[in-house]
Amino acid sequence: MKKSDVRVCIVRAPGTNCDAETLDGVIAAGGTGEIVHFNRLHGGSRKLEDYDALIFPGGFSYGDEIRSGVIWARKFLGLLGDDLKKFVDAEKPVLGVCNGMQVIVESGLLPGLRGASEAPEACMASNASARYECRWIFLKKTGDCLFTEKYAQGEVVEMPVGHAEGKFTLEPGREQKILDELEANKQIVFRYCRADGALARGEYPLSPNASLDDVAGVSNPSGTVFALMPHPDRSCFGWQRRDWTRTGKVDGEGDGLRIFKGLVDYCAKKF
Amino acid sequence: MRFEVRVSFKPGVLDAEGNAALDALKSLGFKASGVATAKVYYIETAEPQARVEEMCRKLLANPIIQDYRISKV
Repeated sequence: MKKSDVRVCIVRAPGTNCDAETLDGVIAAGGTGEIVHFNRLHGGSRKLEDYDALIFPGGFSYGDEIRSGVIWARKFLGLLGDDLKKFVDAEKPVLGVCNGMQVIVESGLLPGLRGASEAPEACMASNASARYECRWIFLKKTGDCLFTEKYAQGEVVEMPVGHAEGKFTLEPGREQKILDELEANKQIVFRYCRADGALARGEYPLSPNASLDDVAGVSNPSGTVFALMPHPDRSCFGWQRRDWTRTGKVDGEGDGLRIFKGLVDYCAKKF
Repeated sequence: MRFEVRVSFKPGVLDAEGNAALDALKSLGFKASGVATAKVYYIETAEPQARVEEMCRKLLANPIIQDYRISKV
């Protein structure tokens, strides 16, 4: 299909607040999309199968009650679990940003080493600083998935973070074994790093949360489901860059736009 | 039936509220060496305890960072 025919569902729930800029990113990447309230999907006035990709944007779904992302994750699985499974099985891209990552991890879709798990196999725990961290950080591409084909391996990019629960955590005692498997599958797509590309090694403030092995974004083994804590949606355009007031450069694109370009290009080629 | 579900952090997991409470207690002159917080849910249900276990596994506790304890009250 043509890129302009790629139709992305940007699903929102009570508390979602990054849906509009996410749609802007999809449109700037050449695709089209629609912001769809979750109630419309499970109410039947919109069907998940009518879309080519699904994005869980950032925000504070259901007030972050119980744990960030868990209420939406479990409601989604309970009401639309079969539709979501068919969507993922059809290799349609699923992206989660910030709260979207918390939703996807709590749903058991990621890391997904043996497919989607019934109970979560990871957790986005509280930042080690015990604070909401809202600022720009450096990321290094260390894995691969369909969303990041337009970044060079090892490339360092900048995106902002805005979260209090972003510490990627795995089952105690099995962390290294799982990390090794994720690494072998190239599932650790982005890691927190220094400006020169040296990994953050958990050092604050380079790592905003002391995430295990500097994990900032992970994918499933096939690379069709991807989630990251930093915001590509807040770094799509030149005027969103952190230095635009100093440089006066408002043209061009930000480092996050290529994630949406990767998604749109993949769908255009595949469907 | 009324169940009490107590969800707490596993050892080693950051308990920011507990740490803040400990710090505040010390600054008030109390002698305390640790504070841990837990969240308690009181659930009214006709379902058996096995289903309350399922509620914990599916929603109330993430087994990676949290433990839970169920009791009838």
